[in-house]
Amino acid sequence: MKIVQEATAGTLESSDLLVKVQPNQGVEVIVNSDVNKQFGDQIRKVVNDTLKILNVTDGLIIIDDKGALDCAIKARVECAVLRGADDQQLDWSKLL
Amino acid sequence: MKTAINKEELTKKLDDLHNQYPSLNDITPFTGANTLTPYLADPIAKHTRKLCDSIEDAVRKCGLKNGMTISFHHAFREGDKVINRVVSVLSDMGFKNLTLAPSSLLSCNSALIPYIESGVITKIYTSGLRGKLADAISHGIMDNPVHIHSHGGRVKLIQSGEINIDVAFLAASTADELGNANGVSGKSQCGSLGYAMVDAQFAKKVVVLTEEIVQYPNNPGSLRQDQVDYIVKVDEVGDPSKISVGAARITSNPRELMIARYAADVIEHSGYFKEGFSMQTGSGASSTAATRFLESKMRAKNITASFALGGITASIVDLFEKGLIKRLLDTQSFDGTAGQSLGRNKDHIEISTNTYANPASKGASCDELDVVILSALEIDLDFNVNVLTGSDGVMRGASGGHCDTAAAANLTIVVAPLIRSRIPTVIKQVTTVVTPGESIDVIVTDHGIAVNPKRPEIAERLSEAGLPVMTIEELYNRAVSLTGEPKPIEFEDKIVGIVHYRDGSIIDVVRQVKDY
Repeated sequence: MKIVQEATAGTLESSDLLVKVQPNQGVEVIVNSDVNKQFGDQIRKVVNDTLKILNVTDGLIIIDDKGALDCAIKARVECAVLRGADDQQLDWSKLL
Repeated sequence: MKTAINKEELTKKLDDLHNQYPSLNDITPFTGANTLTPYLADPIAKHTRKLCDSIEDAVRKCGLKNGMTISFHHAFREGDKVINRVVSVLSDMGFKNLTLAPSSLLSCNSALIPYIESGVITKIYTSGLRGKLADAISHGIMDNPVHIHSHGGRVKLIQSGEINIDVAFLAASTADELGNANGVSGKSQCGSLGYAMVDAQFAKKVVVLTEEIVQYPNNPGSLRQDQVDYIVKVDEVGDPSKISVGAARITSNPRELMIARYAADVIEHSGYFKEGFSMQTGSGASSTAATRFLESKMRAKNITASFALGGITASIVDLFEKGLIKRLLDTQSFDGTAGQSLGRNKDHIEISTNTYANPASKGASCDELDVVILSALEIDLDFNVNVLTGSDGVMRGASGGHCDTAAAANLTIVVAPLIRSRIPTVIKQVTTVVTPGESIDVIVTDHGIAVNPKRPEIAERLSEAGLPVMTIEELYNRAVSLTGEPKPIEFEDKIVGIVHYRDGSIIDVVRQVKDY
């Protein structure tokens, strides 16, 4: 799956995150977080795992995290990727 | 006819006295009615001798020198207009190497950073630190560690001489020409001057900064004429509308209200909810809001409280004016309503922090407390509480009356959301210990209530009442199941803060945060 257009999901409210996706060669992830010191690694892991499940091969993913829980991070990343991707044929069972 | 004392006769009398009683050699002969009080002979100076034209004028008259200690009160909280201004004046006058010893510092004091960098201020004693100033100090801006003390502990440090105040600059909305000053009349009222009363008592020189010089005698004289050296009229001492922002805010957040309701339930079923009980609510939204849920319980059981202590809020005043609390002991008015009530109601009583919570005082009101509700940034499995450093290691809070009232009250309740964004509040080990777990009885969160194992009778009563009682370990597991296990914060070696327990001893230190 490739990101072919800019898209966003989420907000900058406390406990949420804003995910921006843009077209890119290969996958690149940038994480900014209020809780980076304690949870930066965990946030990167959830984002990368989610991208892998969606089979994203190309795209720039920018995360602006305000202390969201893993479930919110996963949902926002999925939403932003699907909004910015070329492929609308999804295997929904993989996303559960 | 004699018009004056005969000097020769007097000299002979003194000589005789000194010869007969050599130990009385130090007694000197009378030289005039106003030798000690020359201003009494001057009809103008009599009324103006303490009045100074400017802060600079007062500073010069006080004889402030480099290396000395200056103090302030923080009753205006985020609306203070005196601390930053006086320090700026002292900087312009060329002072260096001063020790700053206010009762506390808040976000508005970030304006002090340049004066720390330029060496005007080289040591700080305070109850707390917030905002950019806290961030800068946490990142090692000062050569000396900041000393954090509780409100009661500050008075102990002053009494013991560790804090030795040379000049106190005390803001008050009104003062008379001799220095009787209060915060319940005039324009910018802060209410209780409980912190400042201590400085007025102990500082070597006391300067009152006031917006209005009123007719003598000003009443009440929270700061008294026999304590005040100089008076300076200034345009503004503070903005009362900013007292109740930040830590002292009123909440409509449903989660905070839910915690507040649980806290009121805990009080009701704790065994301490009896006629004549006493209470305090600390700063923090849930703590302050718990009062609102107590009214119906007090009416239903026909219970009135003998007194409420501490930071007094509008919701405490509401219960007081409805007759549900008999007296208020007020060391800090947390909002305008509390300040106005202090001015109006005779059973709303202004007390100093010495009377409030000093463990070395001859009588501290907190010792009479049944129930106190306090806040927390972090609580650990041993019930130790951190109200000073955030989970990122940066200072962002205040010791306040936390450890004072926790140690003294019969029932100490700590309220906090179990997680804040994805930061768990209940953790394995707090970043900084401010109040030892042995003083904490009950933790109330939005996910459940934990009771210190040393209070099994309370756990039993709360369980019987159907409240969601669980162990502190269960609360911890619940928190990390939602957030994940936080990675430990890394610190540099340098100590940037010393946390004093209320008795003056050191309970913990704060190290410089590591940036990466």
